[in-house]
Amino acid sequence: MKILVCISKAPDTTSKIAFTDGNTKFSEDGVQYIVNPYDEWYALVRGLELKESVGGSVTIVTVGTAEDEPTIRKALAIGADEAVRIDAEAKDAFQVATEIANYAKGQGFDLILTGKETINYNGSQVAGMIAEHLDLPLVSLASKLDVNGATATCDKEIVGGLEIVEVQLPAVISCAKGMAEQRIPNMRGIMAARTKPLNVVAASASVLNTEFVAYDLPAPKSAVKLIDPENMDALVELLHNEAKVI
Amino acid sequence: MSVLVYINSNGGKLMKSALEAVTYGKMIGDVTVVTNGSTGDDILSSLGAYGAQKVLVDRSFDGTDAQQLTRLVGSAAEATGATSIVFSNDLVGKAVAPRLSVRLSAGLVSGATGAPDADGKIKVNVFSGKAFGHVKVNTTKRIISLLPNSFQPQEVGGSASIEEFDGNAGAAGLVVKATKKPEGGVPLPEAELVVSAGRGLKGPENWGMVEDLANELGAATACSRPVADIGWRPHHEHVGQTGVAIRPNLYIAAGISGAIQHLAGVNGSKVIVVINTDAEAPFFKAADYGIVGDAFEVLPRLTEAVKKFKAAN
Repeated sequence: MKILVCISKAPDTTSKIAFTDGNTKFSEDGVQYIVNPYDEWYALVRGLELKESVGGSVTIVTVGTAEDEPTIRKALAIGADEAVRIDAEAKDAFQVATEIANYAKGQGFDLILTGKETINYNGSQVAGMIAEHLDLPLVSLASKLDVNGATATCDKEIVGGLEIVEVQLPAVISCAKGMAEQRIPNMRGIMAARTKPLNVVAASASVLNTEFVAYDLPAPKSAVKLIDPENMDALVELLHNEAKVI
Repeated sequence: MSVLVYINSNGGKLMKSALEAVTYGKMIGDVTVVTNGSTGDDILSSLGAYGAQKVLVDRSFDGTDAQQLTRLVGSAAEATGATSIVFSNDLVGKAVAPRLSVRLSAGLVSGATGAPDADGKIKVNVFSGKAFGHVKVNTTKRIISLLPNSFQPQEVGGSASIEEFDGNAGAAGLVVKATKKPEGGVPLPEAELVVSAGRGLKGPENWGMVEDLANELGAATACSRPVADIGWRPHHEHVGQTGVAIRPNLYIAAGISGAIQHLAGVNGSKVIVVINTDAEAPFFKAADYGIVGDAFEVLPRLTEAVKKFKAAN
C-alpha cells in the first residue's frame, strides 16, 4: 500500500504567542518548531503501523522552505521511507492543498493522511481541499482507521458521538486523537533519517485565496476572584448577577 | 448581497449552530438557507424568524456525506448567485466547506468569530484560541465558517418560504455502517454551560457529583485528557488541545490543574470557575472565579446552592 502523509510545522505547544511588524507577523523569536502534533502522532504513526502490517511505503510531503528540513528529518526519524518538500513558503491552506494535490496526482497513493488541523492556524481545511482537487472521498476527523483490501473502515467523530464508515480507496483521511499512540524516534531512526531521500520539488505557483493581514492577542484576563469554599451561595450570586451566565 | 447559509438537518431538529449561522448571514446580506433531508416545512420556515427569506431543501437524500453536500451547496450557490456562503465550523462544516472552496474557487475563512469589517476582513481564532487573526479574502466569492457559540441567535421576526431543490447531490462517498450516540444529555460543542473534572476526582466512581451539578444547571459534562486516556470517561468528553475545543458561557473545572494544552480547548469560554485544592494550580490564572478547596466538598455544596437559587428564581 502506498501512503502519503502530509505534515506541517507548528510552534511547540508551550511557545509564547507574540506578533511583530505592527502585529502583521508571528514572532518567531525563541520559537521552537515541531512537526504538527496531529500530523505526527496520528497521521504519520498510523501510516507506519499500516505499512508494518500490510507492506508498502510511507512518503511524507510538506510545503515549506529549506528552513523546515529539521522538522522533516524528525518525521523521517520516526520511520517514514522518504520525504518530499515542495519548495514554497506555506501561507494559506488552499495554496498548500493545491501544491500537495498537484504533487500527488497520478502517483497512485492509496491513502492520503493529514492531521485533523494544525495547532497554529486550526483551519482543518487542507484534507478536504486535497480530496476535492483529486475527486476522492474524505473521512474527516477519523479517530480509528483499518484497511481491508481496497476498503478502509473508520471511526469518525460526529456531534456528540461517532459514526463507523466505510470508504473505497484511494481516499483522504484526516486523523484525530485515538488513531495511534505517539512514537519517540530512537537513535537508529535518527541516524537512518540523515540518509533517507528528501526530494525537493518546485512549487506550481498556486494563488493565495486568503491572507492573514493582522493579528491581535486577547485582552489580558483580570485577576481571579477567590470565593470562600464554604459559601457557594456567593458564587451562584456572582454567576447570576455579575457574570450573568446563569 | 446574496448570502447562502448551509444548515445541518440533524434528524429534523434545528441546532443552535444553525440559528447562529442564519443570524450571521443576516448581518451581511439577504439570506437563503440550503439544507437536505426530512426536516418538516414548519421547522424550516421558522428560520424566517432569524432572518432567512427562503429555504432550499433537497429531500432526495439524508445525512451529512461531504461529497453530496458539497454538490448540493455548490448547486445552490450557483442557483442563487450567492457571493458569501456561511457554514458552522462544526464537524460537518469542517468536511464540506474546504471541498466547496475548491469547487467554487472561493476563499475559505474558517473559525470566524466576527462579521466582515468595512474592508471585508474577518476575525478568526488562531493558535488554539491564544490569538486572533484578521483574514482578507482575495476571491470574488467567499466561504465563512463560524466558530460555534460565537454569535447569539437573534430573532428578527418573519417567516421563510420553502422551495424544493434538486442539488444534483449524486452518490455518497462514505457508507455509514453504524452510529454511536449516547442518549440524552447536551452535546458538548453546543453546550452553553459545561461542568468538567480531572484527575483530582480520584476515580470514575466519583463522577456522580459532577453529573449532579451538571443536571442541576442543565450543563454538559466534560473531562481532562488524563481522565479520558485512563478510561474514566469517554473520549468525546475530553476537552483540550487534542480533544474538543469548546466556547461555553460558563466552564466549571474541578480537580484540573490547567495545563496549557487543556487551556487551549477552553480559553474561549466566557466565564471560567476553577475548583482546586492547590492554590498554585496554573488554572487559577485563567479563571474568573476560583475556589481553593476540595472538590468532594465544594461540588455538592455548589449543587445545593444552585438548587436553592433555582427554587428562589
